[in-house]
Amino acid sequence: MAKLLKQDELLDFSLDATSADWRHAPVEFKEGMYCHGAKPKNLEVVGLPNGHDWSPTDDDWHLPEGWKDIVLNGMEDLMKKYRSFKLYMDVCVRCGACADKCHFYQGTGDPRNMPVARAELLRSVYRRYFTTSGKMFGELVGARDLTEDVIKEWYYYFFQCTECRRCSVFCPYGIDQAEITIMGRELLNLLGLNTEWIAGPVANCYMKGNHVGLEPQTIMSNIEFLMDDLEDITGKRITPSFNRKGAEILFVVPSGDLYAEPGTFTFMGYMLLFEQLGLDYTLSTYASEGGNFGFFTTNDMAKRLNAKMYAEAKRLGVKWILGGECGHMWRLVNQYMDTWNGPADFLEVPVSPITGTRFENAASTKMVHITEFTADLLYHDKIKVDPSRNDHLVVTYHDSCNTSRAMGLLEEPRYIINKVCNHFHEMPEETIREKTLCCGSGSGLNAGENMELRMRGGFPRANAVRHVRDKYGVNVLANICALDRASFPALMDYWVPGTKVMGVHELVGNALVLDGEKERTLDLRLEELPKKPAPASTGDAGVEAAAGADAEGVGSDA
Amino acid sequence: MKIAVPLALTLALAGIAWAGIQLLGLYGLFGIVVPYVALASFVVGFVYRLVKWGRSAVPFRIPTTCGQQKSLPWVKQNKIENPASTAGVVGRMLMEVLFFRSLFRNTKTEKHGANLGVGSAKWLWFGALVFHWSMLVVVLRHLRFFLEPVPAPLAALEGFDSLLQVGLPVLYITDLTIVCALTFLFVRRVVLPRVRSLSLPNDFFPLFLLLGVVAAGVAMRYFVRVDVEAVKEMAMGLVTLHPVVVDGVGTIFYVHLFLACALVAYFPWSKLMHAGGVVLSPTRNMANNSRSVRHVNPWSRDLPVHTYAEYEEEFKDKMVKVGLPLDAE
Amino acid sequence: MHKGGRIIAFAAVFCLVVLSPFIVNLANAAPAPEASLDTPTINALSQKECVADAAYMRDNHMQMLDEWRNDVVRAGSREYESASGQVYEKSLDGTCLECHSNREEFCDSCHDYAGVQPYCWECHDTAES
Repeated sequence: MAKLLKQDELLDFSLDATSADWRHAPVEFKEGMYCHGAKPKNLEVVGLPNGHDWSPTDDDWHLPEGWKDIVLNGMEDLMKKYRSFKLYMDVCVRCGACADKCHFYQGTGDPRNMPVARAELLRSVYRRYFTTSGKMFGELVGARDLTEDVIKEWYYYFFQCTECRRCSVFCPYGIDQAEITIMGRELLNLLGLNTEWIAGPVANCYMKGNHVGLEPQTIMSNIEFLMDDLEDITGKRITPSFNRKGAEILFVVPSGDLYAEPGTFTFMGYMLLFEQLGLDYTLSTYASEGGNFGFFTTNDMAKRLNAKMYAEAKRLGVKWILGGECGHMWRLVNQYMDTWNGPADFLEVPVSPITGTRFENAASTKMVHITEFTADLLYHDKIKVDPSRNDHLVVTYHDSCNTSRAMGLLEEPRYIINKVCNHFHEMPEETIREKTLCCGSGSGLNAGENMELRMRGGFPRANAVRHVRDKYGVNVLANICALDRASFPALMDYWVPGTKVMGVHELVGNALVLDGEKERTLDLRLEELPKKPAPASTGDAGVEAAAGADAEGVGSDA
Repeated sequence: MKIAVPLALTLALAGIAWAGIQLLGLYGLFGIVVPYVALASFVVGFVYRLVKWGRSAVPFRIPTTCGQQKSLPWVKQNKIENPASTAGVVGRMLMEVLFFRSLFRNTKTEKHGANLGVGSAKWLWFGALVFHWSMLVVVLRHLRFFLEPVPAPLAALEGFDSLLQVGLPVLYITDLTIVCALTFLFVRRVVLPRVRSLSLPNDFFPLFLLLGVVAAGVAMRYFVRVDVEAVKEMAMGLVTLHPVVVDGVGTIFYVHLFLACALVAYFPWSKLMHAGGVVLSPTRNMANNSRSVRHVNPWSRDLPVHTYAEYEEEFKDKMVKVGLPLDAE
Repeated sequence: MHKGGRIIAFAAVFCLVVLSPFIVNLANAAPAPEASLDTPTINALSQKECVADAAYMRDNHMQMLDEWRNDVVRAGSREYESASGQVYEKSLDGTCLECHSNREEFCDSCHDYAGVQPYCWECHDTAES
């Protein structure tokens, strides 16, 4: 990992003095701002074309023979396939509304990180080869030749975009830079150009079912450890169900929740909840990945990786699918899955077995988000929670890009947090909900070698967290996204040290009162819970017990 | 260069019209041929572009959701910003087209040392809205030259636009607002470093053309008068397909007309097509209902996948060891 | 074509709107009116001459009237000398309408045609003449 700059060095740039001529400045690969190139073997595993050995800092990228035609034919093909692409090449008026909305621009001041400028990288080539004016007048109308340098520029900047769609919220025509980045990456993949951090997980996911390449026995032993911890915490032994035919529900989580902290704590939360509900569910070692790095390569690849979920649901004969906390997984479930691999006519419209709620909004896809499921439980008072167990936490909530701007899952997680925590504070309005700021590591950018890029891209989000830390003493950044859980710890350590990163269901797991559990002294991280000030009530683990009660008679059992 | 070239081009266009009339007397060309050609370019071009966009597929349902989704019955959905039905989409598009909803969200990001702040930035929205609405009124007002008799609503609109009764001929409010708005849109492109760095000659050209058309129009109305009745006679000649050239209409009219023709002819082949494009934008004109109603991708095809059977074949021994059930017995 | 029907409908509506002046005028294409000079006063004139030449008056009469009004009301200046040396009173009723007493055929026909709504008549009541 490259050595990180100090904060003040990192922030030594201005957003107001945009260099006049970024269009002609040659691209410069700065250490810490890009990812390693994809190794050919990982592309070959999944049949992606033109894998070859290369490095972004090489002068010669060894592009395949006829690369120019490959790219131009690819563009033509994509424009027929995607109205969004064709339209967004044509209608931009360069009003600049998007320019300062991108977290990468806000964190780098690099003019080519303005969404409109990033789009122009591709649009200039489009003009040159696909419009009459561009063919005739060239540079005068913003057209330019496709050269190897252009390809390098694309690689550098299309992997400095997290496809977060924030620009699209502000664009008067809804031009979505995520769409354009997706097209740019499709084109780069035609030439065998991707990052190893994406290509590796894709190959893993294709062959082994999940990005990190956990084999079934590894998953089982990881889970075993987590269940040991839960036994220590609650006194109850939980045995999650895997690959079980005939279960009612298939539960799919992002694989990060299976093996890496703090995602594993979220997973423990899910398990406690299902145990308390007696839910008839199963996980799968084959469909052990909700996330989909294929989406960061090509659409076809994404579809192929996604196919496992329905295939496994069909094989196991479940009635419907429940999905864990993950951002881009939910963009794909909401906007792509049914179209790719549906119709899921072998499943039933999801009905909560606990509340009887029929999830009409998932009537076709037959997949429900865990926060929709849990919010419904809480609304119907079907689980007992003790929010005071989270009293040592002052929580703020980060909307993940995909669930907010490609789905609109805004209230459900907030409803849950407000039920299971007593101290919740929103970040400033301009940084949450549909205007949420990206973690800076989405769309496959959460590698190690591009740490400076991640710290820069995450700076606007961290800045908002710092604001609520200073104002309210916030010490927990809650979220519903595996990439957030994977990337925020490093970001917080750098910008807002002392802030913990938690999935919403970790908070749920902490607060959830299980039948027959022992008195909790540890949270899901095996950290001591603060001593309760007073055993204020005799009955229910008191919602009212927490706040303000004087510390009298600590330790006397009620 | 970015500014000089389009400016020179605009002035050249005005000069061509002036010379063509004043020096060469090409009334028929500038009064009849050019308008018809421009109109043909506009109509054919506009439809061509729509169809060309339309022929591209819409494989996925990708609305940008800007509010709460429709989910549980007790969670309040934002039916406009995150529509789940056609009615909601229509509402969203109307807000977008009539009031520039998305642009209204605009903010300004400010960096003060190690802090980012967000400031209000409604000027772009306001300037754009004023320009577009003024433009609409101006275009509608011009219909008085093309309709006989002039319909009452148009007369009412005209009366409303000249409500201030300043000068004679009375000042149109929209003449004032359109000049101000265009000037604002031009100045911000020059003054704001970010926007200046983004702008292309093709961004300045339409601005200059519009300013040229408006300037010639304003000059003709308030300063260098022309015979309005003759102008209407020519306009009526065009729309009744009995084009005539009426003598004695000042050159300024031909300059105004020629610049307007240039603008109209250029329209479909330029970024001005955002007018037609906005309604086709998939991130705005689609309902966020793809979990409840299946969207079909017309070019979808079957692709190879790594099946469970292949997976089990590879890992069966390990699976048995940890007690996972197998399909193959 | 995804939602092809709607796109075609949109294109059709666009054409209809843009070409509406052509369509509307198919039914009735009224010819341009001719301002009538047929009044007893004009007919009686030996030399048919206005305060300025006809071409100028066609383009600029409204501005002249505006100037006259301001001169009279604000400066008390009531006399206007034409290019030919003839002196006229700056008066809509007394000078202009004296000759052009046929308001409907002279003024209104063109104003209506061009969609102009002058506010002269809000004060100058020509009903009695």
